[in-house]
Amino acid sequence: MMKILVCISNVPDTTTKITFTNENTQFNTAGVQFVLNPYDEIALSRAIELTENGNGTVTVINVGEISTEPTIRKALAIGATDAVRINAAPHDAYYVAQQIAAYAKDQSFDLILTGRESIDYNGAKVAAMLGELLDIPSVSIIKKLDVDGNAATVEREIEGGKEVITIPFPFVAGTAEGVAEWKIPNMRGIMSARTKPLAVVEPVEVKTLSDVVKFETPTPRGTVKLVDAADPEKLIELLHSEAKVF
Amino acid sequence: MSVLVYVENAEGKFKKSIFEAVSYAKAVANQLETNLVAISIGNVASSDLENLGKFGAEKVLNVTNDKLKTFVNQAYASVVAEAAKKESSTVVVLSNSFSGKGLAPRIGAKLEAAVADGAVDLPSTDGGKFIIKKTAFSNKAFAFVEMNSAIKVISLTPNSYKIEEVVGSANVEEFTSDIKDSDFKAIIKEIVRATDKVSLPDAELVVSAGRGLKGPENWGMIEELADLLGAATACSKPVSDADWRPHSEHVGQTGIAISPNLYIAIGISGAIQHLAGVSSSKVIVVINKDPEAPFFKVADYGIVGDAFEVVPKMIAAVKSLKANA
Ligand SMILES: Cc1cc2nc3c(=O)[nH]c(=O)nc-3n(C[C@H](O)[C@H](O)[C@H](O)COP(=O)(O)OP(=O)(O)OC[C@H]3O[C@@H](n4cnc5c(N)ncnc54)[C@H](O)[C@@H]3O)c2cc1C
Ligand SMILES: Cc1cc2nc3c(=O)[nH]c(=O)nc-3n(C[C@H](O)[C@H](O)[C@H](O)COP(=O)(O)OP(=O)(O)OC[C@H]3O[C@@H](n4cnc5c(N)ncnc54)[C@H](O)[C@@H]3O)c2cc1C
Repeated sequence: MMKILVCISNVPDTTTKITFTNENTQFNTAGVQFVLNPYDEIALSRAIELTENGNGTVTVINVGEISTEPTIRKALAIGATDAVRINAAPHDAYYVAQQIAAYAKDQSFDLILTGRESIDYNGAKVAAMLGELLDIPSVSIIKKLDVDGNAATVEREIEGGKEVITIPFPFVAGTAEGVAEWKIPNMRGIMSARTKPLAVVEPVEVKTLSDVVKFETPTPRGTVKLVDAADPEKLIELLHSEAKVF
Repeated sequence: MSVLVYVENAEGKFKKSIFEAVSYAKAVANQLETNLVAISIGNVASSDLENLGKFGAEKVLNVTNDKLKTFVNQAYASVVAEAAKKESSTVVVLSNSFSGKGLAPRIGAKLEAAVADGAVDLPSTDGGKFIIKKTAFSNKAFAFVEMNSAIKVISLTPNSYKIEEVVGSANVEEFTSDIKDSDFKAIIKEIVRATDKVSLPDAELVVSAGRGLKGPENWGMIEELADLLGAATACSKPVSDADWRPHSEHVGQTGIAISPNLYIAIGISGAIQHLAGVSSSKVIVVINKDPEAPFFKVADYGIVGDAFEVVPKMIAAVKSLKANA
């Protein structure tokens, strides 16, 4: 029986137009659709595949306030066994990792999965921090995950290639594309999600290490300089002598 | 006090992104009026280590333990954290490479240090604060993160800080640290590296193509243009999903994010999720037959035209430019 924990974050949908309020100190959530982080869906899909046929359990955990429950229910609809919500605003990656570590430390999970990164703050930090806090191995960006008994083989992405690594349980891994296909919840999943257990746990005290104090949107580019399709030589000339990129 | 920079090597050599990290760390050390120490793990020629002085390192700690020949983030984090303690470092700098991403958060957690991932500029230290600018919301914004911990860990986005050369040579010292067996549970079985190509995250120039190319058999001209420019190749998500190109080339929100000096997008519409991975490129060129393609709105240069006619002409133009150089 494999016991898997999947960490899920609640993030703005990928098509969201990003704006800020309060003199650019706060993300403007007005009208924003929140979704399960796409990478976390990959982690969840793989966890469900690995525990198919009653071969284990998949618990999802989120550090978030009550507003994240629709996203947690979505994870249950996709097929998680049960869910835990740590009742706190996720202050930063360290805070999130500490909360998850505090919950996981006595639960003897074989495998803890996260997404490679959250698509809001793009930290790619929680997996490795969690590994450190639990004093177990971590691999931050994996493209493949196969389990064999009490160990797994993963492929880690590196510049221009990959590493094939074997790791004994327990460990933490951050999943990227390639690990599994996205799963779409079916009607039965959606119905059963309503009655699956969702435990709400109060947070532990954690030191604040960082604060986002301000946001900025990138300065828009000037209008595009169009070159005639009959004259691509001109484009190469501009890139060479005006933009000076080669 | 000191600033410590971890200098990652790829098969014994330092890449450009490492010199950027050392230059950046030197500038931080200057801001804090302190020294810069580098730490290298693995087998690197001593001349290459001394050479780090040219980018501002005064001292290089050289760790050559056989067990640490290949990268294991858990063990490397222990070594770097120990060095940071010995050198009383208040800032630890790394390159935000794939390995850096697995390492920086572990170092941070060990030292109870805030971690700024993917910094794009020097910290602002006005009023005794320490604030780092990083990209957020998948390149749609920047966040300014105030770091409140005594020690700060910063990973630098490749190609976002200019290399600055100074006069100097670094003193290389052997550094040994106690390593525990429990740090070596992950075992590398195989490393696969396509060495003949420019790797996408490191590339200064990138030629990318999308579904407009119709099929994998048409990538010859994309590769030829890229080879001529010394550029890496990239693609949109549907292209790698259809296995026209490997997943490692997929850029965007769910692929990799890059910030090269030049990004040429050919037959790519410019969907918001694609732009998320490429919009911080310094110069963007779009070749698309549809004048209404959204990509033109964020491009610096463009040609409205058929890629199958335009790209061969671009190739010829680059060839003649090179011939005349
Ligand atoms: C109102 C509000 C304000 C916030 N302010 C800040 C801020 O000031 N600074 C800041 O850094 N962050 C802030 N966040 C939190 C942010 O949304 C992230 O959850 C958190 O910072 C981790 O970000 P990351 O990009 O480093 O995560 P990553 O390390 O990129 O995340 C990797 C993986 O970790 C897991 N994970 C991430 N977050 C959670 C979570 N909350 N619960 C469970 N698993 C998770 C997921 O599997 C994810 O794929 C705020 C969130 C809210 C709702
Ligand atoms: C959650 C989520 C995440 C996603 N993540 C990513 C991501 O990371 N990266 C990504 O790329 N996409 C991502 N997508 C998909 C994205 O929404 C687009 O569907 C995708 O980027 C489109 O790829 P494309 O531009 O190659 O194809 P298309 O949108 O089909 O565009 C093809 C373009 O080629 C042009 N064209 C056709 N023929 C020619 C010709 N002969 N010469 C010149 N131009 C021609 C057309 O005018 C058109 O503009 C994601 C989507 C979702 C929902």
